[in-house]
Amino acid sequence: MTRLAVPKTYKLYIGGKFPRSESGRTYEVLSKKGVFLANASLASRKDARDAVVAARAAVAGWSGATGYNRGQVLYRIAELLEGRRDQFVEELVSSEGITKAAATKQVDTAIDAWVWYAGWADKYVQVAGNGNPVSGPYFNLSTPEATGVVAIIAPQGGDSLLGLVAVIAPAILTGNTVVVVASEASPLAAISLSEVLATSDVPGGVVNILTGSPKEIAPWLAGHADVNAIDLAGAENLDWVDLQVIAADTLKRVLAPVAGAPAPSLERIVALTETKTVWHTKSLI
Amino acid sequence: MNATTLVTPRQALAPAQRAVDLIGTDLTEKSLKLHLEGLPGVDAVGLEQRAAGLGTRSIKTTSKAWALDTIIKLIDLTTLEGADTPGKVRSLVAKAVNPDPSDPTTPRVAAVCVYGDMVPAAVEALGSSWSNGKDDGINVAAVATAFPSGRASLPVKLADTADAVANGADEIDMVIDRGAFLSGRYGLVFDQIVAVKEACRREDGTYAHLKVILETGELNTYDNVRKASWLAILAGGDFIKTSTGKVAPAATLPVTLLMLEVVRDWHKLTGERIGVKPAGGIRSSKDAIKYLVTVAETVGEEWLQPHLFRFGASSLLNDVLLQRQKLTTGRYSGPDYVTID
Repeated sequence: MTRLAVPKTYKLYIGGKFPRSESGRTYEVLSKKGVFLANASLASRKDARDAVVAARAAVAGWSGATGYNRGQVLYRIAELLEGRRDQFVEELVSSEGITKAAATKQVDTAIDAWVWYAGWADKYVQVAGNGNPVSGPYFNLSTPEATGVVAIIAPQGGDSLLGLVAVIAPAILTGNTVVVVASEASPLAAISLSEVLATSDVPGGVVNILTGSPKEIAPWLAGHADVNAIDLAGAENLDWVDLQVIAADTLKRVLAPVAGAPAPSLERIVALTETKTVWHTKSLI
Repeated sequence: MNATTLVTPRQALAPAQRAVDLIGTDLTEKSLKLHLEGLPGVDAVGLEQRAAGLGTRSIKTTSKAWALDTIIKLIDLTTLEGADTPGKVRSLVAKAVNPDPSDPTTPRVAAVCVYGDMVPAAVEALGSSWSNGKDDGINVAAVATAFPSGRASLPVKLADTADAVANGADEIDMVIDRGAFLSGRYGLVFDQIVAVKEACRREDGTYAHLKVILETGELNTYDNVRKASWLAILAGGDFIKTSTGKVAPAATLPVTLLMLEVVRDWHKLTGERIGVKPAGGIRSSKDAIKYLVTVAETVGEEWLQPHLFRFGASSLLNDVLLQRQKLTTGRYSGPDYVTID
């Protein structure tokens, strides 16, 4: 007897839950050869707004956790991703039309990226912060702190899983919370990744993933007054100068588009932090 | 002064003109009880369905802009915390007078609502914006009668009320004795409301508006809410208010709808207009707009003015301001752009 396949419903990931789009809209996700794969939610500006609210609510808890703790959580993501390698490989093969070997390589690189960034969680402050030389009887210390809510346009080309990990991991490890617009053409890996996040000790709201049109959602995120920074990594085909102009109205930190999935780097970590400088007297007389 | 001599419950029945007119001159506990228990029961399923239906209206653009401004005009901006200080009341008043400093077209709220001992601080902070009993500026509302529990003897409740009125309160939010109501002693509750109403009298013979808090979250059934609403109106309440905000559930749409229906029936019967104030738990503009729809559909749009409908809220104003900024600028605003109190 042939078994009836159970297709998966791909939904959004907002505040630790998997809602459908508020608008009720969906779009068809096709493979490279044009074969129907799944219906994905087509997020609206109100979904983006809800995601920002969820992300804002999560900032205090996540940025208040110790770096060591955040590193553990990031490492846990890598562990769970490792356990679901086959699923991701299969999804990447069908949606990106790549070979199994290439898909496996991409998944492995993504897992390694989580581990690499996890290691930085309790170390980047020591590297990026410093004691400033002053001519007085006090210390002057600068330390990087999380920027807050970061909106991210994930890389839109190939590498849909690796591109996503390469922009989320450096942002959240410092204590930021993120609203990510996934790859429009191949969003399936993004939603499967959110299932991994939901089961790996990442508090709800720290990562929020929207599927749909970056062209439609990006201007709303760039103009949103409660978003502190916007990473335009995958916005090279959008009118990204306009997005920068909109973002400037509310003094957002803006990261320019990059080609492909950005390689792991300390620069990406530090780019989404703010420097806090404090002084403290050397002795109390 | 012995406060009990201020108004004794027996004499107090006489000023309750509404009850005398409706029930007759032989106003006793028994006749009151017969009247209240003769009220038809509430169809709970129908009521909740109607309220849910009213909550589904889609309000867009110009209507939404009108609704947001109307909501601000109807807000009793409230701070009822044990940790209140004159400084906190001053900042509340500053916000009431000028809710959004970035937009001078923003209307002012209807009133500030504080504990009785904070009335002088509120009056002083309001300065020339204070309506001082004339309803042409921002009113000062004070909660009284051992708010929020209402567990105090009548003389204490009356002294609490008279003190707030003497300090300049334009409105008194009193709580009913839910214990007495639930055990069927309607006469006692009635007498207390009448006595508090009398304590709201100012030296010049005018009265501070009296809002009667039913605390619907403790009344258990819709039938009780209907009875309590009638009781409060008969005893002379100018407003009926859902809750103190200290008990969950606070204001809900079905309960407010039910109270509005009582007000509508009373208006049909006597031509008199009674106000309604849902309070507690209304935090988003979206919810508040549902209430506006319910008011307009139940008693009519003429009720959407400060002397007939109010929102008791503290955080609602912030959300309304954010939505208002969104409508003006076309971009989503954030909590960094309003004062958090």
